[in-house]
Amino acid sequence: MNHAQSANKAAAARLETALMSVDGVTLQYKTPNHLVTATYRVSLDIHKTDRLVLLGPSGCGKSTLLKAIAGFLTPVEGTITVKGKPVTGPGPDRMMVFQEFDQLLPWKTVNANVMFPMLVNGVPHEEARARASDAITMVNLAKFADAYPHMLSGGMKQRVAIARAMAMKPDVLLMDEPYAALDALTRRKMQDELLQLWQDVRFTLVFVTHSIEEAIVVGSRIVVLSPHPGQVRAELNSGFAQNDRGGPAFQQLTTRISHMLFDDEATSQATEPAR
Amino acid sequence: MSETNTMFASPRPEFEHKVTAPVGLGDVAKPLSFAEKLGANPAFRRGVILVVLALTWELYARWLASPLTFPTFLETLQALLDGIASGIIPQRLAVTLETLVVGYAIGLTIAALFTTAAVTTRIGTDLLSTFTAMFNPLPAIALLPLALLWFGLGRPSLIFVIVHSVLWAVALNMHSGFLSVSETLRMAGRTFGLRGMSFVFKILVPAAFPAILAGLKIGWAFAWRTLIAAELVFGVSSGQGGLGWFIFENRNTLDTASVFAGLLTVMAVGLVVEGVIFRSLEAHTIRRWGMQSA
Ligand SMILES: Nc1ncnc2c1ncn2[C@@H]1O[C@H](COP(=O)(O)OP(=O)(O)OP(=O)(O)O)[C@@H](O)[C@H]1O
Ligand SMILES: [Mg+2]
Repeated sequence: MNHAQSANKAAAARLETALMSVDGVTLQYKTPNHLVTATYRVSLDIHKTDRLVLLGPSGCGKSTLLKAIAGFLTPVEGTITVKGKPVTGPGPDRMMVFQEFDQLLPWKTVNANVMFPMLVNGVPHEEARARASDAITMVNLAKFADAYPHMLSGGMKQRVAIARAMAMKPDVLLMDEPYAALDALTRRKMQDELLQLWQDVRFTLVFVTHSIEEAIVVGSRIVVLSPHPGQVRAELNSGFAQNDRGGPAFQQLTTRISHMLFDDEATSQATEPAR
Repeated sequence: MSETNTMFASPRPEFEHKVTAPVGLGDVAKPLSFAEKLGANPAFRRGVILVVLALTWELYARWLASPLTFPTFLETLQALLDGIASGIIPQRLAVTLETLVVGYAIGLTIAALFTTAAVTTRIGTDLLSTFTAMFNPLPAIALLPLALLWFGLGRPSLIFVIVHSVLWAVALNMHSGFLSVSETLRMAGRTFGLRGMSFVFKILVPAAFPAILAGLKIGWAFAWRTLIAAELVFGVSSGQGGLGWFIFENRNTLDTASVFAGLLTVMAVGLVVEGVIFRSLEAHTIRRWGMQSA
């Protein structure tokens, strides 16, 4: 009784501050032959204006968790809530930039692709046009506004997808390894632009990556996930300015995280055959 | 052994070049000669084939000298021009096309409804796959006797047969097109908040457009051939004969040149629809979107 009460109180307190909360979420895929557990009892809170990074090795369930937050997958256990309401399906309040390249509508030009979700959601045409052109300029694709997606490189397509999501001004912006396909220089530029944009607009971001450095640069809070099936290994604060990159504190955090990731990898590999 | 291929060999020299702006690189081209341009033009090459064909026809028919079985090219051309001038061929063509358009439109509508049911419900999927498996192998023309029994001698029978010929091919293509739309594109559409019909029309239909267009082309080809054949079989009712009837009628009066003229018209319509209408539709949609290579 007492215990339940205090738990309720804690939950209520969390609701006040958390924009979104993931509570004990287990996600599974049913394949014809297997039941694959992608994440196991993951809990985390996303506060307004957070830049929350999900960091973990390939296959640990980062994309799966992000898709569940977006509303495409229903947890087999636990709940995901936005502003206290359970997530029941995808919606334009949680725009997502996917990891895959084929997320643009091939029958629309870059400009039309960016305008499309706004028009669907009742933004007036003129305003949509203005917001789209701002967003496209922001990702440096103004010259390609009238090109069709098949004329763009992989990285350019990702930038269009980012512009499309940004222009919607969603409550939460979900990004799944958006810069993984970019060259180091462009990636760095895009990270800077994302942070600059965050300075200006203060949106809430959930960002998936498997690069420790990117996690530290982009994130204000880093959730480290363990290898498959993903569990929360740690939640850390980050908060480095762009030019801190490579400084001693930066290095220290990098080492700390890589120990977490790689030591776990080693132990899980060591224990696996024994089971 | 020799020192030249050890690590200590004198290192190969390094280079650093200044990169020049690619000005004028695009100008390295010389204009083609007139003959080369003509040779590169497929319309010209095909035109030459047609001319040779017409010439061979003319010479062979003259040598055969039997206008009842094989009129010359010029006689056929004359019959065609006469038929057009007297307004018979355009009128017959109009009757045929009208029937075709009505049947095609009804077939497409039913196919669209069927496919929508198939992508949204499981019973719809089962119905569609069972029906297409049953009816797709059945030549539409084989249903004509039955249609005549049900709808009598006239347009409704023709339309029934056309609908049958269009429906299954188009539905099958549309459905497989919808199924092959990538998961990412579907998810993207749903994050935009699209549901139900607007999801189908704004995401699935354009994404599946290459398959849908292929279905439309196959449906057209089936419908056109079926219709001409059906008109040949039962001809006319209340003065409403189409092109097939025109051919049949002239054979009965042994006006073979007009029979040939009718056949030429059938070919010409087929060429125009496939080579002009569908081609420009493709150029403006899937080829422009990079969903099909040119
Ligand atoms: N559609 C699916 N069906 C079955 N299993 C799946 C499916 N998608 C992912 N999985 C499994 O779920 C686990 C997590 O996959 P997920 O795509 O979330 O990994 P990730 O962390 O995003 O990896 P990466 O960094 O490589 O993108 C993997 O073991 C994968 O095999
Ligand atoms: Mg992933």
